[in-house]
Amino acid sequence: MSRARKHLAARVAIYTCLIAMALFVLGPLYVMVITSLKHMSEISSGNILALPHIPTIAPWLVSAHKLSAGFLNSVKILIPSVIISIAVGAIAGYALQFWRLPGASLLVLILLIGAFIPYAVFIYPLVRILAFFGLFGTLTGIVIVHTTFGLPVMTILFKNFYSSLPVELFKAARVDGAGFWRIFASIVFPMSTPIVIVAVILQVTGIWNDFLLGLVFAGRDNMPMTVELNNIVTTTTGTRFYNQDMAATILTAAVPLLVYLVSGRWFVRGITAGAVKG
Amino acid sequence: MMKIWLRRNFSALMALSPALLIVLVVYVGCTIWSVRISLTDSHILPSDHYVGLHNYVRLLNTDRWNTSVGNLVFFGFMFIIASLVTGTLMAILMDQRIKGEALFRTIYLYPLAMSFIVTGLIWEWILQPTLGIQKMMRNFGFAHFHFDWINHSSTVLYTVALAAVWQGSGLVMAIMLAGLRGVDDEIWKAARIEGISPVRTYISIVLPMLGGAIATVTVLLALTVVRLFDLIIAMTGGGPGDSSEVPAKFIYDYLFDHQDIGLATAASTLMLGFVLVFIGPWQIWQWRRDVRGAGR
Repeated sequence: MSRARKHLAARVAIYTCLIAMALFVLGPLYVMVITSLKHMSEISSGNILALPHIPTIAPWLVSAHKLSAGFLNSVKILIPSVIISIAVGAIAGYALQFWRLPGASLLVLILLIGAFIPYAVFIYPLVRILAFFGLFGTLTGIVIVHTTFGLPVMTILFKNFYSSLPVELFKAARVDGAGFWRIFASIVFPMSTPIVIVAVILQVTGIWNDFLLGLVFAGRDNMPMTVELNNIVTTTTGTRFYNQDMAATILTAAVPLLVYLVSGRWFVRGITAGAVKG
Repeated sequence: MMKIWLRRNFSALMALSPALLIVLVVYVGCTIWSVRISLTDSHILPSDHYVGLHNYVRLLNTDRWNTSVGNLVFFGFMFIIASLVTGTLMAILMDQRIKGEALFRTIYLYPLAMSFIVTGLIWEWILQPTLGIQKMMRNFGFAHFHFDWINHSSTVLYTVALAAVWQGSGLVMAIMLAGLRGVDDEIWKAARIEGISPVRTYISIVLPMLGGAIATVTVLLALTVVRLFDLIIAMTGGGPGDSSEVPAKFIYDYLFDHQDIGLATAASTLMLGFVLVFIGPWQIWQWRRDVRGAGR
């Protein structure tokens, strides 16, 4: 075989593999979308990969109605949780990186390990503590919980980012007599835009997609969308309306998917941030 | 002396106080509290009566716990190995100066943006035999086509792993691709001059150089394994029987349904021990490297 033909064969093989993998990854999304647009009669008579003969948006309307409360709850949980967890993490990362405090490295070690402790370990004591303060099953309670479990990753993310900033900037500001907050507000934070974007992406998708914490701590009045979705789909008795289930599933995935599509390369930075070091 | 130090660092300490409070109360306090409860005869309510390792003995004699641990180990190996292989393959293919790289990356990574509940529900729908793939193949004329793994206790874990790999391999791809892009071009040139085929260069030269990236990604995947809960809830509910039960669900059920907090905290303490043994050393190593790096 000539070199050119060998090369061509290799290219064909590469693209075939890439496309085959892309179809595997896209398959479930395709099935989800077409199922949500079918009538139930077509679902039970046709096959799962077939396009709908007579598309309908009725399942979407039913599901949007059922999930509207969950959607609002998720938004209400999301906004304060994202802001507070990032603020706490950014400030802690800054204090740990630039201000030599005794025991700081021990704190970092606990955070590094804490990021990996299964939530199950904390659930019972945390329920008791929040109940003691009357916060169990409240919006404040679930925001505190998300801030708590976001802390390790947020702090380490910001600390790592700050460790890449030139320390001379910080030293010069101190010589000029600027204090802790002044340096943070006028020098460090304005330089933090890229890492704040990464943190927002991580927290928005992470908190929106949370199930366990919402299930345990949010209470009946603040049930997030993921919990509501699972209730609608898996605890319904009698006939299951798969078209409505799939519409509800897409609606629940819509916010993080939108964040993903809009953020593009930033999302990749987010998931690899802190992971690939040194 | 102390006063000056305090005045100079007061703001820093204030700023750190929320983080410090969370670390002390939750990461240290709740962990100790949870371990303590596991040593008492607490059932519906916590008790102060210590019973030593009684709950652990009970736990190890609970079939559902042993099954859950076995399931998690089995799932964990399958999921981690399959994700590593699939994701690395994706990364290598994307590293071949291909056209439309951004498009492929967008496709491979989108499942990562979704909740495990969403992933579980989609795959449950595709894999259940009455209306899913099995029925489609039968409609096509393969009357005896069988694909009902999700309904059988011996095969259900494969279906859960399939869904998890579908979601997780994009993460491997992203991290491995970043690693591949960091490999020096000189190495490729040298390999070409030596006449080593690209496949062999990847296997015996490039991939071994990416040990750090592989370790990182394995730890991240292991974290998914330990936390496995949502996917099971959405996809199988732990069934059929208890063939897809996992430790996190065991703990949840014994805390809130069976109200046996002694047993639940014993289970969570064992999970904690498992995590500390496997992930602790890796994290301590990273931390020491950071501390040393900061000293320079």
